[in-house]
Amino acid sequence: MLSPNPQAHSKLSERATADVERWLRMYRQMLRIRRFEEKVNELYMSARMPGLAHLYIGQEAVAVGVCEALRPDDYITSTHRGHGHCLAKGASMDQMFAELLGKAPGYNRGKGGSMHIADPDTGNLGANAIVAGAVGIATGAALSARMRGTDQVVVCFFGEGALGQGVLYEVMNMAALWKLPVIYVCENNLYTEYTPYQEVLAGEILDRPRAFGIPAEAVDGQDVREVYEVAAHLIQRARSGEGPAFLLCQTYRYYGHHVGDIDRSYYRSREEEEFWKVERDPIRLLGAWLLREGLIDEGALETIDREVRAEVEAALAFALSAPYPDPDEVIQHVYADEVEP
Amino acid sequence: MSTPMRWNPEASSADRVITMAQAIREALAEEMRRDPRVFIIGEDVAEAGTPFKVLKGLVEEFGPQRVIDAPISEAGFTGIAVGAAMTGMRPVVDIMFGDFLTLAMDQIVNQAAKVHYMSGGKWKVPMVIRATMGAGLRKAAQHSQSLHAWFAHIPGLKVAIPATPYDAKGLLKTAIRDNNPVLFFEHKAMYNLRGHVPVEEYTIPFGVADIKREGQDLTIVAVGRMVHVALEAAERLSELGLEVEVVDPRTLVPLDCETLVQSAKKTGRVIVVDEGYQRYGVTAEIAAVIAEGAFYYLDRPVIRIGALDVPIPFSPPLEDLTVPSVERVMEAAKTLCLRREP
Repeated sequence: MLSPNPQAHSKLSERATADVERWLRMYRQMLRIRRFEEKVNELYMSARMPGLAHLYIGQEAVAVGVCEALRPDDYITSTHRGHGHCLAKGASMDQMFAELLGKAPGYNRGKGGSMHIADPDTGNLGANAIVAGAVGIATGAALSARMRGTDQVVVCFFGEGALGQGVLYEVMNMAALWKLPVIYVCENNLYTEYTPYQEVLAGEILDRPRAFGIPAEAVDGQDVREVYEVAAHLIQRARSGEGPAFLLCQTYRYYGHHVGDIDRSYYRSREEEEFWKVERDPIRLLGAWLLREGLIDEGALETIDREVRAEVEAALAFALSAPYPDPDEVIQHVYADEVEP
Repeated sequence: MSTPMRWNPEASSADRVITMAQAIREALAEEMRRDPRVFIIGEDVAEAGTPFKVLKGLVEEFGPQRVIDAPISEAGFTGIAVGAAMTGMRPVVDIMFGDFLTLAMDQIVNQAAKVHYMSGGKWKVPMVIRATMGAGLRKAAQHSQSLHAWFAHIPGLKVAIPATPYDAKGLLKTAIRDNNPVLFFEHKAMYNLRGHVPVEEYTIPFGVADIKREGQDLTIVAVGRMVHVALEAAERLSELGLEVEVVDPRTLVPLDCETLVQSAKKTGRVIVVDEGYQRYGVTAEIAAVIAEGAFYYLDRPVIRIGALDVPIPFSPPLEDLTVPSVERVMEAAKTLCLRREP
């Protein structure tokens, strides 16, 4: 792994080693999402990927900061813009790429694709292509955790577009009534598909969960350390039986609504995009902070990037050479085995 | 419908007569005792026991943690049931009026039905959605529909519609043990229907039709309450010398095509009766199954009788015109079987 900057030894000793390891882990995770998705975009642009993909680039700190505060047996639900959540919760890139290419060794045998990656082994209840489609599932998993007597917590990721769906308020009402261990993580990336969110959203976002008595906090979604700290607090609170919470993360989507959304001039400016990429990039912000604090040197950050790029290349090579599902797969998995074995 | 029905093949000395509501309640209680993962969620399911009193007494035995009164949020609590089912529970959702299923359609069609397939078989959704159906109670257009065909159209869902207390209990127990989302439709005019139900434990497998009455001259395939319309018609037709076979599929998905086709081959004349809308409905599908499987054995084209394709009207004489009746079934039977008068 990485060796800390020797000149910074005295500073390092002031901080718990565990914290430094955590920041480096989060740095690597954000970079894994970034490089994975850059490759996804490349695949799509060169017509090597079927369908479409909704890129998470720019929002990495949200998935990584929140999932860093979760245990492996905790659950998440994700969205159409879900690659980041899946990777942050522990998904491997090779099965992700294979799924995106519709290949048999994909997480879901190629039957789900980019918008439906699901994996019980990492507690991923599934990415969902209906906006707010998974809010019921997340809340139900929280009810189940309580009924089964576990202290599992569920994180329900969604974009600010989901605030337009009534079912979100139905389940927040029940989560509040029954004090369920679920955290509603709203990623406000400023655009509801192709529309600035202010055009379609009345009032203040945080007033909505607060109307149900759900504690709600807003964080800078580009600052992974802040996301982590607030998420960890809310998750711990839910785990100890104090009920649901709402975490609003202010963030930004660098690319379009999906990979094919190239001309964005009618809803936002190039200058705005550049501002976020240069000034507010979550990976740069954490990297700069680590350097400034003397916790790591440039070389080490470059090493992480090299390792991540190698991981991406190997995973993609695996997926490209993997077979498609057999034709008889098409009728498999419509129904589960009738009764418990 | 006050006479107890005796057609269950497994009638035993320990047999007794109970209502459909009691049979459903027994199935739920037995499965909840057997399996701590089973719980009920819906509107007014606990102390109220639903407006139909089907669940009366369950909260007293199992407590409010397992008989959960939800707000009037069909989408919300159906979605919650999907998530609970995926993570180790076996919820039974109560939809007070089947018409309200429209509010939960995304949870049922886009979520519950697809989770297993989209995840490549990794997640399962073992849940039951109990919903009432049926017209005839003067409840007008938004409390009277029979929408079961919608769900039978969607891969990933199973659909059961019992016609007797015996079938209701056995099918519901199977539904709860099934590892897939099952829509279980109960006709609200049938809760007081009485029938023989054994004291001993039993289940009824899905996909096995039941021949409710045997006959040589004509087959009537009927679903849910229409089974009783068919039986009444069969009784009257026997007085005219026609021996009618009444076949009840019991589950629309999976559908016992084999039994339907065999009966059609035997009699050569078929009527299909269902309380759902006729247009693009259950009667259309079953008529097609029979046409495909028994075409060369049929003397006449299959006759379909579904609900009139109108929103259910409130006014009693109008409402009664929308539901298939004994008279309409008899008329169709005569068309198929009797020579025209010169």
